[in-house]
Amino acid sequence: MADVLKKVPVREQDPKVRATNFEEVCYGYNKEEAMEEASRCINCKNAKCITGCPVSIDIPAFIAQAKEGKFDEAYQIISKSSALPAVCGRVCPQESQCEGKCIRGIKGEPVSIGKLERFVADWAKENGVKPQLATEKNGHKVAVIGSGPAGLTCAGDLAKLGYDVTIFEALHKPGGVLVYGIPEFRLPKDKVVAEEVKNVLSLGVKIETNVIIGKSTTVDELLTEEGFEAVFIGSGAGLPMFMGIPGENANGVFSANEYLTRNNLMKAFRDDYKTPIMRGKKVAVVGGGNVAMDAARTALRLGAEVHIIYRRSEAELPARVEEVHHAKEEGVQFDLLTNPTEILVDENDWVKGIRCIRMELGEPDASGRRRPVEIPGSEFEMEVDTVIMSLGTSPNPLISSTTYGLDVNKRKCIIADEEFGKTSKEGVYAGGDAVTGAATVILAMGAGRAGARGIHEYLSSKNK
Amino acid sequence: MYKIREAKQLTDNIYLMNVEARRVAKHCEPGQFIIVKIDEEGERIPLTICDYDREEGTVTIVFQVIGASTLQMSKLKAGDSFADFVGPLGKPSEFVTEDLQELKKKKILFVAGGVGTAPVYPQVKWLNEHGIKADAIVGAKNKDLVILEEEMEQVSNLYVTTDDGSYKRKGMVTEVIKDLVVNQKKEYDVVVAIGPMIMMKFVCLLTKELGLHTIVSMNPIMVDGTGMCGACRLTVGDEVKFACVDGPEFDGHLVNFDEAMKRQQMYKTEEGRAYLKEKEGDTHHGGCGHCGGEE
Ligand SMILES: Cc1cc2nc3c(=O)[nH]c(=O)nc-3n(C[C@H](O)[C@H](O)[C@H](O)COP(=O)(O)OP(=O)(O)OC[C@H]3O[C@@H](n4cnc5c(N)ncnc54)[C@H](O)[C@@H]3O)c2cc1C
Ligand SMILES: Cc1cc2nc3c(=O)[nH]c(=O)nc-3n(C[C@H](O)[C@H](O)[C@H](O)COP(=O)(O)OP(=O)(O)OC[C@H]3O[C@@H](n4cnc5c(N)ncnc54)[C@H](O)[C@@H]3O)c2cc1C
Ligand code: SF4
Ligand code: FES
Repeated sequence: MADVLKKVPVREQDPKVRATNFEEVCYGYNKEEAMEEASRCINCKNAKCITGCPVSIDIPAFIAQAKEGKFDEAYQIISKSSALPAVCGRVCPQESQCEGKCIRGIKGEPVSIGKLERFVADWAKENGVKPQLATEKNGHKVAVIGSGPAGLTCAGDLAKLGYDVTIFEALHKPGGVLVYGIPEFRLPKDKVVAEEVKNVLSLGVKIETNVIIGKSTTVDELLTEEGFEAVFIGSGAGLPMFMGIPGENANGVFSANEYLTRNNLMKAFRDDYKTPIMRGKKVAVVGGGNVAMDAARTALRLGAEVHIIYRRSEAELPARVEEVHHAKEEGVQFDLLTNPTEILVDENDWVKGIRCIRMELGEPDASGRRRPVEIPGSEFEMEVDTVIMSLGTSPNPLISSTTYGLDVNKRKCIIADEEFGKTSKEGVYAGGDAVTGAATVILAMGAGRAGARGIHEYLSSKNK
Repeated sequence: MYKIREAKQLTDNIYLMNVEARRVAKHCEPGQFIIVKIDEEGERIPLTICDYDREEGTVTIVFQVIGASTLQMSKLKAGDSFADFVGPLGKPSEFVTEDLQELKKKKILFVAGGVGTAPVYPQVKWLNEHGIKADAIVGAKNKDLVILEEEMEQVSNLYVTTDDGSYKRKGMVTEVIKDLVVNQKKEYDVVVAIGPMIMMKFVCLLTKELGLHTIVSMNPIMVDGTGMCGACRLTVGDEVKFACVDGPEFDGHLVNFDEAMKRQQMYKTEEGRAYLKEKEGDTHHGGCGHCGGEE
């Protein structure tokens, strides 16, 4: 019998091999492994794990079913709270959520809740189990803007309540960051994302791609001309930031969004797709979040030597621990406490290097993290041919600037309450990165769920 | 799917298509563009809206074959469909929202180069419909490359010029501008120049000298066209702008054309491709047919 204090180990692709392909890194559990891991759960009465889950999945209940090999039942329990379990099982930061709270974690390793969730969701897909269908249609039309986790969740919940829901998506494929941002090797697009989208559509949700709200039509038109009684905005935070240092417009400097979109949404890594991508020889990725890790590991797979340049130390890296660990295993190099000051270009305006300065940690700043300060005279140059800026994103003002009476804060985030996603405009609800700024999949899902509740309440009282 | 109602070849390498796209047709204004994607594997190709019919729900695009994707597009026929067609993108031309009485007092000169005639057309047409007849210069390399002449003739005071003199005037568009402004002493409040970047650059150099406010329409490389990727960034004055959401029209005297032209070459010219190939081997696999990248 394995050590009960430790997680059942999960099989992964060998780092050396996976650094050269786009196949999924983690293979996940098989049935036996899942049942064994599930048996580590002691089914706490007052389960702490649930309090750590932003959508309050009944974790001990689904694990209890999984332990018995009743994966269908386990899936239905998860589905009650989460519309995208196969996604969440892969990309949620469980270490700081459910698993961070797990009793098992006090003495030993927590239960591998994420990997169990993933197994159950994958099992359900393979065995053709679908989430339970809607109750009767109630004929009320609701529009959802954006098909990321927030939009998909909101649409799914409303459809289950009987609403006639249409999602409007700006891009040509649904999924939001799940399709254009997070790479294939972490979140397979056809096997996982497309299937989760199909599940939502199977609830009767309609989707219209290639519609940019604010351009192709407006929120006000949806409400006044197209017969929608309420609108949920889940348009994410898609605007990339740059540093504003010299050389940033040179050829070979990309935002992480551009680099990842070319590779993930447009599939530039595949020969049969037409969109080009630059395969650098030596790539610097500036930033330390999940997005930076994804860009770095993508560049690595396209054949480059990759350096992460981050101005604080390892402890402050905002990326998930698992992703940092994977990146290191694959050979991404970390230049920490380092900040770029200039991008060096050749006579044709192509990147030839990056000038950086060393940093040290000073007093804590407003975010509570110790502020990095430059060490005078420590500048140095690094030879690189590609620079990927991964400094964060902010919400696109396209919708807020074209919707009458919709308030935003000074960061251009839509103002909405947490419980119901209610905005300053009647009948308009919002949630996800569009409201919070760049955050996580599960928080966006939680917000989508809150928006659905808000809309249901609003329309129920209005139509009484 | 977005059905092609009409497809016709205008010249050797310039094509016109009329496409069913109800939402775009309903909301578009002169100066805006769309992004079209042929099929699942296709690139997202930005093209300016050349004309639109709100009742029919159709949009006209005119494009020049310059690479793999536009070549593939040119082979589509009426009845075929595009997988994706999204828009309208970018901001409309400034005059669309200007006070009409004020606008009517203005003298506007349009300068179109090559396929740039297509994006100029909806602008002069709009003005004509609102009772303003603008002057327009259309320049092309030679007689065969002049497009939309009849259409332009009907809605503007048209001056056609060819580089080689094979049709109408001989010489570049800049010479016609000089002729109108310096010799004929015509006065303009604003010049709108649309065409290849190199042409817009030289028009701007001249109009700066002449003290004429000039608007240009920039066509950098784009991916999403919604402000999400930054591929389309330009330096305008001392600010970085995203052409797809802040533009595509900008004050031409503030645009850094040299930088924009270099950025446009990133994946495009033979030189850029050869450069890429030399730098990193087999990256370019679009099968453009003229760089040898796929061999
Ligand atoms: C590279 C990367 C890696 C990440 N890794 C993780 C991770 O490991 N774990 C994790 O929890 N989180 C991760 N995140 C964050 C997470 O993906 C986001 O917080 C989450 O996707 C936000 O969901 P959303 O639904 O609010 O917005 P999005 O996923 O951004 O979806 C918004 C959708 O709305 C569409 N849209 C925007 N404007 C309009 C408009 N005007 N009209 C119509 N449609 C519009 C967009 O095209 C998009 O499809 C990552 C993010 C990135 C970029
Ligand atoms: C706002 C805007 C409006 C435009 N309007 C028109 C128009 O009305 N008619 C017309 O013929 N062309 C127009 N263009 C240019 C047109 O998009 C390009 O000619 C086309 O993308 C070339 O594709 P290709 O694969 O055939 O060429 P390739 O050279 O094989 O393309 C290689 C790569 O470079 C990009 N690229 C190459 N040239 C350009 C360019 N000039 N602009 C942007 N991206 C480029 C492509 O998207 C692709 O990623 C416009 C561009 C923009 C940005
Ligand atoms: S806290 Fe851990 S052990 Fe307790 S119910 Fe949750 S997963 Fe099981
Ligand atoms: S094309 Fe992506 S931001 Fe403009």
